[in-house]
Amino acid sequence: GCLFRSQAATAFPCAMDELRAASMEAKQAPRSRTTQPIVTGASVLAITYKDGVMMMADTLASYGSMARFKSVQRITKINGGSMIGASGEYSDFQCIKEILEDLTDEEFDIDDGATMDAKQIHSYLSRTMYNARTKVQPFYNQVVVAGYKDGGYLGAVDMYGSTYKENIVATGYGMYLALPLLRKGWRADLTEKEARELLEKSMTVLFYRDCRAINKYNVAKVTKAGVEISKPYSLPTQWSYKRFVNPHLSE
Amino acid sequence: MFRNDYDTDVTTFSPAGRIHQVEYAIAAVKQGSACVALKSEDYAVLACVMRKESELGSHQEKLFKVDDHMGIGISGLIADGRVLCKYLRTECLSHKFVFEAPIQVGRLVKQLSDKSQKFTQKMEKRPYGVGLLVIGYDATGAHVYETVPSGNYFEYIAQAMGKRSQSARTYLEKYFKEFKSMELGNLIEHALKSLKGASEVPLTKANCAVAYVGKNTPFTILADEKIAPYMSMVEDDKKEDAKQEAKDEE
Repeated sequence: GCLFRSQAATAFPCAMDELRAASMEAKQAPRSRTTQPIVTGASVLAITYKDGVMMMADTLASYGSMARFKSVQRITKINGGSMIGASGEYSDFQCIKEILEDLTDEEFDIDDGATMDAKQIHSYLSRTMYNARTKVQPFYNQVVVAGYKDGGYLGAVDMYGSTYKENIVATGYGMYLALPLLRKGWRADLTEKEARELLEKSMTVLFYRDCRAINKYNVAKVTKAGVEISKPYSLPTQWSYKRFVNPHLSE
Repeated sequence: MFRNDYDTDVTTFSPAGRIHQVEYAIAAVKQGSACVALKSEDYAVLACVMRKESELGSHQEKLFKVDDHMGIGISGLIADGRVLCKYLRTECLSHKFVFEAPIQVGRLVKQLSDKSQKFTQKMEKRPYGVGLLVIGYDATGAHVYETVPSGNYFEYIAQAMGKRSQSARTYLEKYFKEFKSMELGNLIEHALKSLKGASEVPLTKANCAVAYVGKNTPFTILADEKIAPYMSMVEDDKKEDAKQEAKDEE
């Protein structure tokens, strides 16, 4: 306790006492780690198409319900033939980016003509995320891995380390709202224009229905020519539906 | 072989700028029985002479599979070679687990060489007394690498090491320009023929072994009965040599 305390003072514990008590309690309590995301990204959508793989995500990082950072890129190029996009905790996405950048830099230094393809990055990432989850310190993300090598490659990893490969991938609310739309409209031989329209249609629905979305997007594609991520752009939206304007309309 | 005052420790340079202990380790490799390796664009082949300690014993195994796409032949201290083989196998497996893809051969050879180099700079350890010929097939094609106790490594079209390897190398230097587009069977033939000169005893199916790896071809070792069909390539030569000798004598 405090050095100078009269007996009367014990009835009024000083701040130092409380701090000390809390610290002791924390030492005796089981160690807990980060289990909730703070700054989060919403859905990422991706589909394979004729020339490769296309991915789309909005540029918002939310702080709970606040639309805090509105110009954030949630899709990133890894190397000449691969890219990833992530939803969930944005700082964990940044950490994953750094980890994969280190891998790519190492390979650049080796300079032996061979580079990691998307499948290898997918596997490496899934082992990384599983290891983190095992220590109860997960990367709080759903990551989409896309690439091109003798054909498109598309897969996803979640915060538990589960992986799968698919022609159509969606994360977050996109899993519920966009996946059915994408599945309905998908064909293996979609042209670039058709693929983009399909993704844009789904992203618009997400903007209407997901409270943690904004109308500003990056679209990215990976093909034989490499990875290309667009500048942010917006899609047209329709707000003049009569029943939206006046929900109490009798007809 | 106590030549001079500077060869007791691996951590001592000689005034001429040499580390004798490392050179002695390399000499240990030269004492081992011969190993040759050569490659084409799509395949790499290993062949070795397997010495027998005594008539009662078995032949010394010298070719080892490291992974489906990679294998080694060793010369020198065989026990050291087995330790390195275990290391290579573990690294291959580990890489496969993390990346779901076979490791690039050159990268693993570099890793092994860096490991070997460490022991040329420690007081308490000695260098590995074994040289490896590593053959493999990966994303950048077929490869042949040689590692040595000093921690150096080089990639080759063809190489030989061990006792009397110079005669093998001379043979390979004669034919290596044809290897690039050669078929696997012919590569094996050249491997065995180059080995012939490097062996103290005639080659039989019991005392030599061949291994190959390549495009869509996992690492495979041929020994005993499996190598028997190829031995005729070496024997025919001997018959021709015998005929030639008989002619010369006439």
